[in-house]
Amino acid sequence: MMTAFDRRTLLRGALGLGAVGLLPAWARAGEVGRSPAALSGEEIKLTVGHQMATIDGRSGHAVTVNGSLPGPLIRLKEGQNVRIAVTNALADEDTSIHWHGLLVPFQMDGVPGVAFPGIKPGETFTYDFPVRQAGTYWWHSHSGLQEQVGLYAPMIIDPAGEDPIGYDREHVVVLSDWSFLHPHALFRKLKVNPGHFNMQKQTFAGLLAGQDQSLKDRVAWGKMRMDPTDIADVTGSVYTYLVNGHGPGDNWTGLFASGERVRLRFINAAAMTIFNVRIPGLSLEVVAVDGQPVSPVSVDEFQMAPAETFDVIVRPTEDQAFTLVAEASDRSGLARGTLAPRLGMSAPIPPVRKRPLATMKDMGMGNMHGGMDMPGMDMSMRSQSNAPDVPLTPGVQTIAPMPMDRMAEPPQGLEDVGHKVLTYAQLANLHESTDKRPPGRTIEIHLTGNMERFMWAFDGEAFGPIKKPIAFRRDERVRVVLINDTMMAHPIHLHGHFFELVNGQERQPLKHTVNVAPGGKVAFDLTASEPGDWAFHCHLLLHMHAGMFNVVTVRPLDGEAA
Amino acid sequence: MILDLQHEQHQAADPHAGHDMGSMKPAAEAAPPPVVTPRAADRLFDPKAMAAARAQLMVEHGGASVWTVRADQLEYRARKGADAQAFEGEAWWGTDAGKWVVKARGERIDGEGWEKGEAELLKAWPIGPYFDLQAGVRYDLAPPKLSKGGRSYAALGFEGLAPYWFEVQGAAYLSDRGDVSARAEASYDLRLTQKLILQPRVEADLAEAGAATLEGGLRLRYEITREFAPYVGVVRERAFGPAVVAGERAGSTAVVIGVRAWR
Ligand SMILES: [Cu+2]
Repeated sequence: MMTAFDRRTLLRGALGLGAVGLLPAWARAGEVGRSPAALSGEEIKLTVGHQMATIDGRSGHAVTVNGSLPGPLIRLKEGQNVRIAVTNALADEDTSIHWHGLLVPFQMDGVPGVAFPGIKPGETFTYDFPVRQAGTYWWHSHSGLQEQVGLYAPMIIDPAGEDPIGYDREHVVVLSDWSFLHPHALFRKLKVNPGHFNMQKQTFAGLLAGQDQSLKDRVAWGKMRMDPTDIADVTGSVYTYLVNGHGPGDNWTGLFASGERVRLRFINAAAMTIFNVRIPGLSLEVVAVDGQPVSPVSVDEFQMAPAETFDVIVRPTEDQAFTLVAEASDRSGLARGTLAPRLGMSAPIPPVRKRPLATMKDMGMGNMHGGMDMPGMDMSMRSQSNAPDVPLTPGVQTIAPMPMDRMAEPPQGLEDVGHKVLTYAQLANLHESTDKRPPGRTIEIHLTGNMERFMWAFDGEAFGPIKKPIAFRRDERVRVVLINDTMMAHPIHLHGHFFELVNGQERQPLKHTVNVAPGGKVAFDLTASEPGDWAFHCHLLLHMHAGMFNVVTVRPLDGEAA
Repeated sequence: MILDLQHEQHQAADPHAGHDMGSMKPAAEAAPPPVVTPRAADRLFDPKAMAAARAQLMVEHGGASVWTVRADQLEYRARKGADAQAFEGEAWWGTDAGKWVVKARGERIDGEGWEKGEAELLKAWPIGPYFDLQAGVRYDLAPPKLSKGGRSYAALGFEGLAPYWFEVQGAAYLSDRGDVSARAEASYDLRLTQKLILQPRVEADLAEAGAATLEGGLRLRYEITREFAPYVGVVRERAFGPAVVAGERAGSTAVVIGVRAWR
């Protein structure tokens, strides 16, 4: 039986604007002007609810904010205060909103069980904080798996003074992944059958046709129980990739006038998808990353992991349309939009490129080419001597014998694309660092996993059972080294802080999320300036759900003795 | 300004400070601070509500239970003499730390009824990245051919993924009459295309006094979806020693058609 509410929401879904029906104004095709329509001011009201969303003509359950998917754009000004009242109108589920990348008092960070108790059905929680920064950010649920079913939206903060990034027009480009399968079903299928969604495995037919690995390599990888085609866990076989809530066929369009400097604020709000972004025919000038301005770098393509944001300037001078392509990292599908001088125009969509294959280097074998003889090192796949502090639990399939700093390399799958690809090593902060102390100590955190059991954790132990937090002294300067012992990239996000990527630049870039390459290692310097408890986790939603999560404590708190 | 000066001096002494790409370690190491409890949010919110939220946080970040039900074989066996229907499957429920497993299998022969029928209830614990240890009980239905009642066993076994992607399992059983038997299985999925899979499989059953049966199967399945795959194949069974029933042939070959399905 259908209630009046269901029927009304269904109708709204089916008859709404655009193919998605729940689009907020900022996400609609052809949205013009310098500032997309937004919620702003000091008092903002958000209501989290349940609705049916129509995507590609099919309808599915969504968790929406103020009736839209993605949620409304929030636009604030650096230096202002804001009070955001969030009401939970879901029938039987807690909710929460986390302000991703924002420096807020910890109790306003929105992680249930860490920062606050969460928002019960029918309740309203008011987030109240000063806005201390500028740039491109976003917000999303930190409850259950609501982020996968629609609870995400952009946030733009205009600088108090002049914007160091000059532009004539801007578009917010929120990339995401949508599945008609419930996220709990996605998770369960991965637990039962870890390669479930991979429809690009190596085959016998491929071997006969001379594709992919040689027989010798296939046997060697089979011996290790490693699948080189395991690039993404959830793929285009069940995902529709969205630009501002539009499927590829719906073709979200952003307008420009010839010769304008157009600022594209890319936000990867996907649950599980790393995107490779390009606009054939246009050079992309990367001007800010994770909200923070960087010295401009011109590239043809960049990779962005879930939770990262990239601000890019393009300057189209021809009276033609350009296709905005965001290809899933395993090349199982793409999100597509268009930049055009007028609505209704489109440009060719380049075919999806061949999926990459993981290499020995992705397994943490350094620069070796197949061989395993490395004097003085234990090159076995799971040796305690290569990570003495990591217990070899069933969740640890491999320990990288020789993890490398891979920040100067193009990201996975973009090594041979034949044009300029952004690397992390190219990013330099536009401004001087505010804390020039060298780090006083170093901590190492291993990113561990077991692909065969879909187990993911830090240092071999999932958060779930019981885990000690990571402790920082307030205002101490720490170097954190992340070692990726798995064959997959993990975007690791620290709440409440920016850290400086130790990427070889004099001015180390500030980030809130760093994608650690498979078999790679990344160091960042952190000033633990924000007291409280903070979530620290992989931003692949289902990796986090599997246990790749911990709490960071920064003490003393305000008013607490040191 | 003072900070800047210190930084300059440090740079002079240690040119790698700040961005040491080699060891990624700073020169001097301070001791880590002690791990702190009470949680910061407990000072600001109802500690009881925080405790409940924390318990939920644990479940949602590595503590979740999952389940599955699967029929690896659900097939019709056409062969010389009476045809048969066979079933083999399992269900499990639990977390990464441990699961409950139910296994069941059976074979029904046209005109004779159930030839075999058995079920196991096991507790499983992960041992290493690829294998589970399983312990529990097994119960065999009484075949109508035999006048005696059903039989129960204590079971101890393992299940997992061997190098080269072989799915293997094995178990030893101690029956309520004191005799010991064992079973081992191995299978391999040869992926011809993304959806067409050739699966060779062998199973050996050994009992005391040298009785044994060996079953080899070759099944070609087409995964319409990953969860639903019809197949055709051939199964060869052979008995050895006292397991050969008097008056019957020791071996038989069946052409099978069936479906593999799970949820
Ligand atoms: Cu991860």
